[in-house]
Amino acid sequence: MKKVNWVVVAAGGLVGLAAVALTMLGNPSNMGFCIACFLRDVAGAVGLHGAAKVQYARPEVIGLVLGAFIMSVAGKEFRAKAGSSPATRFVLGVFVMIGALAFLGCPLRMVLRLGGGDANAIVGLVGFTLGILVGVQFLKRGFSLKRAYEVGRAEGGVLPAVMAGLLLILLAVPSLLKFSEEGPGSKHAPALVALVVALAVGALAQRARLCTVGGIRDALLFQDFKLLYGFIAIFLVVLVGNLINGNFHFGFTLQPIAHSSHLWNLLGMTLVGWGSVLLGGCPLRQLILAGEGNGDSAVTVFGMIVGGALAHNFGLAGNPDALNEAKELVVGGISNTGKVAVLLGFAVLAVISVVNLPKEEKVAARQTTAV
Amino acid sequence: MIDARGYSCPTPVVMVQKEVKQSSPAELEVLVDNQCSVENVTRYAGGSGYQVSVTPEGRDFRLLLKK
Repeated sequence: MKKVNWVVVAAGGLVGLAAVALTMLGNPSNMGFCIACFLRDVAGAVGLHGAAKVQYARPEVIGLVLGAFIMSVAGKEFRAKAGSSPATRFVLGVFVMIGALAFLGCPLRMVLRLGGGDANAIVGLVGFTLGILVGVQFLKRGFSLKRAYEVGRAEGGVLPAVMAGLLLILLAVPSLLKFSEEGPGSKHAPALVALVVALAVGALAQRARLCTVGGIRDALLFQDFKLLYGFIAIFLVVLVGNLINGNFHFGFTLQPIAHSSHLWNLLGMTLVGWGSVLLGGCPLRQLILAGEGNGDSAVTVFGMIVGGALAHNFGLAGNPDALNEAKELVVGGISNTGKVAVLLGFAVLAVISVVNLPKEEKVAARQTTAV
Repeated sequence: MIDARGYSCPTPVVMVQKEVKQSSPAELEVLVDNQCSVENVTRYAGGSGYQVSVTPEGRDFRLLLKK
């Protein structure tokens, strides 16, 4: 039995607790935290897309980045680095976001949905694990987006500075931003509470290296269960919180902001799992790394914001299950354009995975394809 | 010696794992440039039967893995 890393368990527990608290304070159901949804809301707030129901400069995103920034500076771990295939990371960020919005949530929200009894998240988890398995095969063969290099401290501070600027606008001149009047974007905890909670979560996630994809990836690659304990801790705390609050409702249909189109829940999260392995971490981890001075992760976050905007400008995101006027179930899902985008994502990820293998592995991959 | 500076996790651990599986060296030096990689390589090496000593070198870290 390997030693349990209690810092990771504590960080996971705090994330779970924060998610339950933020939901009680006004965030949408099973969406105390959702990096994909919140980056999409930020994209809407600054006018990158026009979906009126999902526009809000989420203080949670700002707090996570700034919390990680403050903790990394305090712990002397802030280090400005960049140059590890930034353009490729941008593209990966776009497709991770498209996959996540097809499912209607990032891996973190998938865990929160599991804890709320949303059985579609089990399908998502299967897809997520499959995607990680595919990514791990490429890691084992030497996949790498190449090394990063030390850069000026200012470069490492770009995303924290952007987030600080967004916070300033949110507090001082909110009229510059768009705010949803209905839908998920209109549901939120008080801004300052959300900010403080996210600062704490960001700081602890930085210290614990919390990563939802890392848990399953490291267990598969190295039989290292450290990060998986964080994943499990989030789930257990959210499950208990929802049971206490009466918010646990097991089932597939009509779950909060979720659809029961199984194939696309599965494929959406497969795309997220595979893309996140290639990026070296889940969307939450990208925010934390960007806060620590990683310019490549900052570019990934920009890619995810653009991915969120594209998903809504082109109607690629999932539509939740709903009841029609006759109170009949209308199963949600994604549009045909969304399906094409997810499949395109697999093609793009396959190309990125192969072209970034060592030379001898690329030849072997080509021969396998030819056979 | 494995120079994993500039690589973020899990790549440094994958590099060490490959070397350990291929040649099972009695001693292996690894250079990394972030605390997260120090922790991850140390954990992996510990689980693979190595004693690990870590020496900070400027902003980098030199890990010595010994059977």
